Amino acid sequence: MVEWTDFERATIQNLFSKMDYELVGPAALSRCLVVYPWTQRYFGNFGNLYNAEAITSNENVINHGKVVLHGLDRAVKNMDNIKDTYAELSLLHSEKLHVDPDNFRLLADCLTIVVASRMGSDFTGDVQAAFQKFLAVVVSSLGRQYH
Amino acid sequence: MTSLTAKDKDAVRAFWSKVAPKAEDIGSDALSRMLVVYPQTKTYFTHWKDLSPGSAPVRKHGKTVMRGVAEAVAKIDDLKAGLLELSELHAFTLRVDPANFKILSHNILVVLAIMFPKDFSPEVHVAMDKFLAALARALSEKYR
Repeated sequence: MVEWTDFERATIQNLFSKMDYELVGPAALSRCLVVYPWTQRYFGNFGNLYNAEAITSNENVINHGKVVLHGLDRAVKNMDNIKDTYAELSLLHSEKLHVDPDNFRLLADCLTIVVASRMGSDFTGDVQAAFQKFLAVVVSSLGRQYH
Repeated sequence: MTSLTAKDKDAVRAFWSKVAPKAEDIGSDALSRMLVVYPQTKTYFTHWKDLSPGSAPVRKHGKTVMRGVAEAVAKIDDLKAGLLELSELHAFTLRVDPANFKILSHNILVVLAIMFPKDFSPEVHVAMDKFLAALARALSEKYR
């Protein structure tokens, strides 16, 4: 059972309530595909991923980025039970999509960078700690159903 | 892991010339964040009176670290040879577990994203990430 401090809870709720999912999702996913190009292996049918510009403007990447971030919302709304909330998604990623769970960590790092660049100095060390702890729990939960 | 291409080196040098004037602030902020977000890193600094973000020892050490990064940019064509002395320092005297290089690198990237949101594009991000990883590898050379 993950213990959240009041500060951590408030920080996560506040951060996500102010977040523009439609911009942040695509930005994080496209950054991940550029910075860690091997992650492109899961998007063979997405069309042109030839260079950073192509990736960032790719409609499929943009749409999928939104899907991923809205999926994160489930954890935001169920912070005390992220593991069970993501049990089905974990199975999906392992049994159907066959995604190496290390990729979740890579995407989480890119999301951190994107959020940091948008929040500027509001993204203090304490906020970063809360955000990264939250993402670590999400990443761990998504990797739970891999056998 | 791959070595730096000519394109990577150009990107690093160009970006570094933009951010170098703020090197001290970058170092201080990155170190401050590291100590807060990854508390296990505090174990290396028990000799400091004040580990709080932006404290005097943190600022001073951030400056030292960024001087090393600047040196690495200048010696980017041969990091292994260029950072030999620093590697020996980290291996034999400081004995910092190399896993921490990744942690500090991550925090440097976060600070760069905060301070230079428009310049820290995905392309610059990947070049800097590769560079910091190569720097870490060069620092790990003399460990064993």
